[in-house]
Amino acid sequence: MAQREKLLEIKNLKQYFNEGKVNEVKAVDNVSFDIFKGEVMGLVGESGCGKSTTGRTIIRLYDATGGEVLYDGVNVHGKKSKKQLKDFNRKMQMIFQDPYASLNPRLKIADVIAEGIDIHGLAKTKQERMEQVYELLETVGLNREHANRYPHEFSGGQRQRIGIARALAVQPEFIIADEPISALDVSIQAQVVNLMKKLQKEKNLTYLFIAHDLSMVKYISDRIGVMYFGKMVELAPADELYKNPLHPYTQSLLSAIPAPDPISERTRKRKSYDPASHNYEPNEPVEFREVTPGHFVLCSEKEFKQFKVQSK
Amino acid sequence: MEKVLQVKDLKISFHTFSGEVQAIRGVNFDLYNGETLAIVGESGSGKSVTTKSIMRLLPEHNSEIKSGEILFEGKDLTKLKDKEMQKIRGKDISMIFQDPMTSLNPTMKIGKQIMEPLIKHQNMSRHAAKERAVDLLKLVGIPKAEIRVDQYPHQFSGGMRQRVVIAIALACNPKILIADEPTTALDVTIQAQILELMKDLQKKIDTSIIFITHDLGVVANVADRVAVMYGGKIVEIGTADEIFYNPQHPYTWGLISSMPDMDTHDEELFSIPGTPPDLLDPPKGDAFAPRNPFVMKIDLEQEPPFFKVSDTHYAATWLLHPDAPKVNPPEAVKRRQNQFAGNAPTATLEKTGQSQFPGKKEGK
Repeated sequence: MAQREKLLEIKNLKQYFNEGKVNEVKAVDNVSFDIFKGEVMGLVGESGCGKSTTGRTIIRLYDATGGEVLYDGVNVHGKKSKKQLKDFNRKMQMIFQDPYASLNPRLKIADVIAEGIDIHGLAKTKQERMEQVYELLETVGLNREHANRYPHEFSGGQRQRIGIARALAVQPEFIIADEPISALDVSIQAQVVNLMKKLQKEKNLTYLFIAHDLSMVKYISDRIGVMYFGKMVELAPADELYKNPLHPYTQSLLSAIPAPDPISERTRKRKSYDPASHNYEPNEPVEFREVTPGHFVLCSEKEFKQFKVQSK
Repeated sequence: MEKVLQVKDLKISFHTFSGEVQAIRGVNFDLYNGETLAIVGESGSGKSVTTKSIMRLLPEHNSEIKSGEILFEGKDLTKLKDKEMQKIRGKDISMIFQDPMTSLNPTMKIGKQIMEPLIKHQNMSRHAAKERAVDLLKLVGIPKAEIRVDQYPHQFSGGMRQRVVIAIALACNPKILIADEPTTALDVTIQAQILELMKDLQKKIDTSIIFITHDLGVVANVADRVAVMYGGKIVEIGTADEIFYNPQHPYTWGLISSMPDMDTHDEELFSIPGTPPDLLDPPKGDAFAPRNPFVMKIDLEQEPPFFKVSDTHYAATWLLHPDAPKVNPPEAVKRRQNQFAGNAPTATLEKTGQSQFPGKKEGK
């Protein structure tokens, strides 16, 4: 794993809102992690923990308060000419949560999908443009006839497919999917997740998959990061995180997911998390430490030793 | 067990500009004393319409109860006058809505909102009602209830607001509590707390709960019995164990196997193809037929009746007909069936030699 190529390096990323004022919110507070080429990185946490803000800051929808995001070694938030920014925007795309709000209701599907193609001049003729749109529609499991319709004519699952087609239109390398399935029905969720997985294999994409549905995240992700109050508290390969969660918050989060299994539900014990339970000394350094290879936990020196023993 | 509510052959339509939407197309179920009945199904399957009709909360100008009755304590709720219904609503039958952010009045103090049903239904004095409101807030686990009772909804977090909504719903010790996706808008950790609270309170005040959700994990956590709805009908009903470990309807199979459990990783998720039926023009025969991988000719012609699997378990699929071919449910379902140690007869899908069954077709 150590030999894998890093696509993104996120270093001490900070995103504060209302900075310096009384109501300052540290939405993302000193978060660091890497995303490797071709992997699916999951990001989970409760609402308000900063997972969406992290995604949006990485793609520069917000300007970071501090820290840097390196994409292929280039700082995303650094100063860029218009052309550099455009090139960068082509590599990174986003799929949004609400397929009802993320499509312009006054544009035909063909124009929704082709917007990126137009901006980046990826099609030379009108015919070429439409060919690309048709191909994209078919890639995501829709028909070419759909190109001339408007968003309101589609169901939630179909709209999310359109959102995916739009993201794919500029042939990106990296896609941030911000809760792409949480607005969809269970039977449709599986369709969209299967599609995303298939596309990832075919096009060798890298995903940052943000969600609060932990069982889906586990299914699609290679590695998972858990966020709590703007901080990343644990990061580990998906199986490892579920089998051996170390941070008490991760344990509490995992114990709260109801499983579709009445027998185990009857006996399940829920753990609750109390941030005071750490009993950190004042000024005790709490850092992101690697307990076992690839498994990082936010902890103090003392906890770190304890986790080491636990993981043996 | 005693039946507290009976819904019989309920049919409800909405009149819209594009025509008549047949939202509920013949729903039957009983609710027993002290049980939790979960209704699951995707959006548009009719689960919310069913429960809103019990509360008589459907819009009057465009909805119509075509037929059927809802029996509660010998009275047919569909025929009651508005005045009579007002005496039941909030007292004997109350409801928790999905979104705690919008179901409270932002301009009224929490305490006053809890006192409302107490003063209306139980003729309590304001003073007594306020004391009871504080007790109720304590009951649903709100700390410093004496101070909180005089605060406004915006001073509460989402989970706290849902607790307040529960306190209001439980104020008059209702016989039936309808919870319409009460935890969908909440985070998993808060959801777990609210579910625990509801189960705990149910034991204390002995109420029956109808729990609407699309989250099968939540169903497994709370339900005694489960009804699966599809296209305006119940397609399968049984105890939680029967539905989760011995499902019979192909739609239930699809629902259960489209959720990844903690072990699925590399295999593709089973997904139900297609989209739910258009209830403006419901398909002839079984509404699930166009999405059913095990579809038979008869599914397209005739609606399946309920077949009995056990005394508590019924499913409406032609696959349970004695002449139907034996089919292979998805792997995830088979794994569950193996796990099912119950005494449910599994011989229902037996193939009986050369059959006269019309259009039999071997499933995938």
